[in-house]
Amino acid sequence: MIAELGHYALALALCIAVVQSTVPLYGAARRDDILMSLARPAASAQFLAILVAYGALTHGYVTSDFSILNVAQNSHSLKPVLYKISGVWGNHEGSMVLWVLILALFGFAVAAFGNNLPASLRARVLAVQGMIGVGFIGFILLTSNPFERLIPAPLDGRDLNPLLQDPGLAFHPPMLYLGYVGFSMAFSFAVAALIEGRVDPAWARWVRPWTLAAWTALTGGIALGSWWAYYELGWGGWWYWDPVENASFMPWLAGTALLHSAIVVEKRDALKSWTILLAIITFGLSLMGTFLVRSGVLTSVHAFAVDPERGLYILGLMTLAVGGALILFAMRAPSMKLGGMFQPISREGGLVMNNLLLSVATATVFIGTLYPLFLDATTGEKVSVGPPFFNAAFVPVMMPLVLLVAIGPMLAWKRGDLPGAMARLWTAAILSIAAAAFVWSLQNDVAFGPIIGFAFAGWLAGGSITEWAERIALFRVPLSTSLSRAAGLPRSAHGMTLAHLGLAIFICGAVADSFWRQEVVVNAKPGESVSIAGFELTLDRIERAQGPNYRTETAHLSVTRDGAPVTTLTPERRFYPVQQMPTTEAAIHSTFLADLYAAIGEGGDRQGWTVRVWHNPLVPWIWVGCLVMVIGGLVSLSDRRLRVGAPKRRASATPTAQAAGAD
Amino acid sequence: MSRLLYVLPLILFLGAAAYFAAPILRGKDPRTLPSAMIDKPAPAQELPPLMSSKQGIDPGSLTGDVRLVNFFASWCGPCRVEHPLLMEIGASNAVPLYGINYKDAPGAAVNWLAQLGDPFQRIGRDGDGRVAIEWGVYGVPETYVVDKAGRIQYRHVGPLSREDYQEVILPIVEKLRKAG
Repeated sequence: MIAELGHYALALALCIAVVQSTVPLYGAARRDDILMSLARPAASAQFLAILVAYGALTHGYVTSDFSILNVAQNSHSLKPVLYKISGVWGNHEGSMVLWVLILALFGFAVAAFGNNLPASLRARVLAVQGMIGVGFIGFILLTSNPFERLIPAPLDGRDLNPLLQDPGLAFHPPMLYLGYVGFSMAFSFAVAALIEGRVDPAWARWVRPWTLAAWTALTGGIALGSWWAYYELGWGGWWYWDPVENASFMPWLAGTALLHSAIVVEKRDALKSWTILLAIITFGLSLMGTFLVRSGVLTSVHAFAVDPERGLYILGLMTLAVGGALILFAMRAPSMKLGGMFQPISREGGLVMNNLLLSVATATVFIGTLYPLFLDATTGEKVSVGPPFFNAAFVPVMMPLVLLVAIGPMLAWKRGDLPGAMARLWTAAILSIAAAAFVWSLQNDVAFGPIIGFAFAGWLAGGSITEWAERIALFRVPLSTSLSRAAGLPRSAHGMTLAHLGLAIFICGAVADSFWRQEVVVNAKPGESVSIAGFELTLDRIERAQGPNYRTETAHLSVTRDGAPVTTLTPERRFYPVQQMPTTEAAIHSTFLADLYAAIGEGGDRQGWTVRVWHNPLVPWIWVGCLVMVIGGLVSLSDRRLRVGAPKRRASATPTAQAAGAD
Repeated sequence: MSRLLYVLPLILFLGAAAYFAAPILRGKDPRTLPSAMIDKPAPAQELPPLMSSKQGIDPGSLTGDVRLVNFFASWCGPCRVEHPLLMEIGASNAVPLYGINYKDAPGAAVNWLAQLGDPFQRIGRDGDGRVAIEWGVYGVPETYVVDKAGRIQYRHVGPLSREDYQEVILPIVEKLRKAG
């Protein structure tokens, strides 16, 4: 009964979305306030209906209602409650319901907080948002009904893939979707602006918080996924350039570019068509991610519910959305007025370079990911592109970008002073050389990779800190004055510094781990030991136990350093009988400087167990760096200027917003 | 001219979309695509052994019995997913399982097998991926059924699932064995 209610609510949401995508659009064209005002209640009602549907599906999972096919295929009565709830999005149908729920949530947010948007823009944005909703709710109802019944109901379900029964992964998809779907807001604003034929700084001011929120969530989502791969898959790495990892990384790169180009539109009223195009591309890449995972055109560990029919449907949606937006772009963008002019050496110039490099990076990943597909379709020749290509092609594009991240913020708008900026970056240069020299002294043999990597990270960190210190005139005025200046800085300035610092921290971790990782594999019996990076690990014993829905073998490895006990590592090997699948649970001893990582493989009392140990220097910095980037995004998002819920204060804050608000 | 610049994104996008659509529309979904190599002799190159303790693969070793040939690599995520099943197949003696290590560093591959177990009777090394192209490999993992005469009879793309193995591969193996 409840499942049918959910199904009905979803159908109702489709009807509401159809109204939301047509009537306000017509109203905006006719300048009819009543028709336009329909957009907000429609968006709210659509959200409510999808929430009911989502709740109904969750109810099915939590109560283990195996008469619902989707629940029977993906859940099990013994599964812990957390994974019953997260199991909703651990499969194709449920994840699509989450997808539209988040889409509707963003629409609802515009309806609820968009008081200060011009009525016609708001109506058009919500209409475009409604169209995307129609496409995807229709997709669910036509090809992937999550509420399909299974009669007779089985006694128990088939369980969720045990690799996915993990707290890190439980929250990876929702974060990722918040990012993917969040870019739909930038897309809707871009299309609405194209329909209106007008882009101004006020427009950029509305787009930025949505883009920033999506970017922050996507950063967190990708980092969570990579962290999960690191500790759950039990092979010591954190990024594999897998097609689906790339599918989430491409919108991230494009979204990062969009975030920066929107600043230029806001502050200088320039780069308008480019920003619109980026918004369309970013959401297009998000849709492509959704398409690649579900169509089976690329083989990947993430591919689920592969079905050509569904693939074709999503491809059709993508073509309609992105193709339609690009047609609109080709028609309207040329007539957009050019904004403020600027010299090549200027803040704008720096941001253009940033966009150029990020676009090249996106294109590199795009080509590397899809090259096998293109080549196969064109010549029938089969190739596979592995990590070597990406490392060789991607890193050189990122290096000038990292150099630039330190310089760009030092340049003035319109016309910058490059020698002046470089002169002020002497602290960054010193930090860069110091980092390189320190790394040089650490290494026994001279390897240039890490030296260069740390020099870049030092430069970036030094540059970011210098820029921030200059803004608060640190050490040039009394500390108390500096502190009050820091308090007076806009939060977005702190956010930028944090995000750039996060990148520097990330680079340290990535460089150290790629060049200095050590790995030992042994076959050990209880009592035997293995040494790595100055640690001595002794296999004490293996214990067998029974978990809620799995059996487990746990190894107890006592770790000593120079004879002194450090810790005990307990890597596990689990076996999930319902899915007939073993998983490894790695044990990690993490200090801030390195991870000692142990995993066990197959084994028995007679032949011993395969014990695999890694020493991963600075690997925690990878996720600390991402976390700092996320915090930077959140801090920047809390900036009063961007806060969507504070329209009154904003109206009095700047004349631009007022003028636009009166429009 | 500058007008054309604004149309360019649309053209590029439509080109990309056509490439996405092509394999689906032609029914060329890689998972259902029968290999062009079906019923043709398996490529005759000799593959050097991956490790000294186990023989490599030469054309002679592919005749006489029905065999599974699995392409794998230590850097390949899906290979790891199917590996437990390969271990079971290797242990069950239902059908001999050969491995071809694809575009991999030998050390990494040996470590990989040491950690996860080694299900293969023979392992050949295809360091530059040339032999894989001869077989028609799209991407790892892929599993082929080779009949007694050394001809390729079935190709499975992507990680092997239990259903694939029991409901598709094993019946083919049985049929080929009976066929003589």
